[in-house]
Amino acid sequence: MVYLTRKAEFSASHYYHNPDFTPEENLRIFGKCNNPNGHGHNYTLEVTVKGEVDPRSGFVVDLKQLKEVMHRDVLEAMDHRFLNKEVPEFIHRIPTTENIAIAIWQRLVSKLETAKLHRIRVYETPDLFVDFYGEP
Amino acid sequence: MKAHLSRRYLFSASHRLHSEAMSPQENLATYGKCNNPYGHGHNYIVELTVSGQVDERTGMVCNLADLDSFIEREVLARFDHENLNTLQEFAQEVPTTENLCIQIYEIVHRGFPRAHLERVRLEETMMNSFEYTG
Repeated sequence: MVYLTRKAEFSASHYYHNPDFTPEENLRIFGKCNNPNGHGHNYTLEVTVKGEVDPRSGFVVDLKQLKEVMHRDVLEAMDHRFLNKEVPEFIHRIPTTENIAIAIWQRLVSKLETAKLHRIRVYETPDLFVDFYGEP
Repeated sequence: MKAHLSRRYLFSASHRLHSEAMSPQENLATYGKCNNPYGHGHNYIVELTVSGQVDERTGMVCNLADLDSFIEREVLARFDHENLNTLQEFAQEVPTTENLCIQIYEIVHRGFPRAHLERVRLEETMMNSFEYTG
């Protein structure tokens, strides 16, 4: 089994807010991230797929296809967007790094042809990242 | 849904690798330049990974502010800008990065029950890193 990772960057804004919480609870739990005008990050996305190496091509996956899928199904939706207002998954779900990683997994998992999705890693900053392996 | 959250922190500390159980020649052969009696320093990066179910109400595995304040209080305040050899934690063992990694793991494992600790990774330099999973 060989693991291949492809990176991409996207820039987006978001804020953390639960409408079921009181304003005080939102501020206490989310702090500055509760600013309703949002704040931004340069996110780094790592998509890791796994599979056996095809003996004819030497590839685990056609990288052109992987890049195209990442661009079409993730980056076009999230890059240079206000996540809370413009991405369907985050109208009713808080766009934390955890939920972003899960949403990206759900967008990509059925789109790969020759390899299997192993892990989605999302860096919110260089010092904070989340891994999602598709576990329930 | 279960996710893994990783957070990185930096602290600076000095240490000397030396064992009283070894002769001076053995210490030099084992530890090389790290046996310098004046010690030397590193910018350590500690990378913690915790896992858990993503809370439906907050979207988080655990509250980052809680984790940051715990680490600040129990790890960084303890080791940052210290000479590790002078600390009680290393009275009985050599302050190698392996041992420091295990110590940090035990501190977090004992004191932060809000999420499951998967591993502690400690970068001593850009070239060396150590992981402990308990």
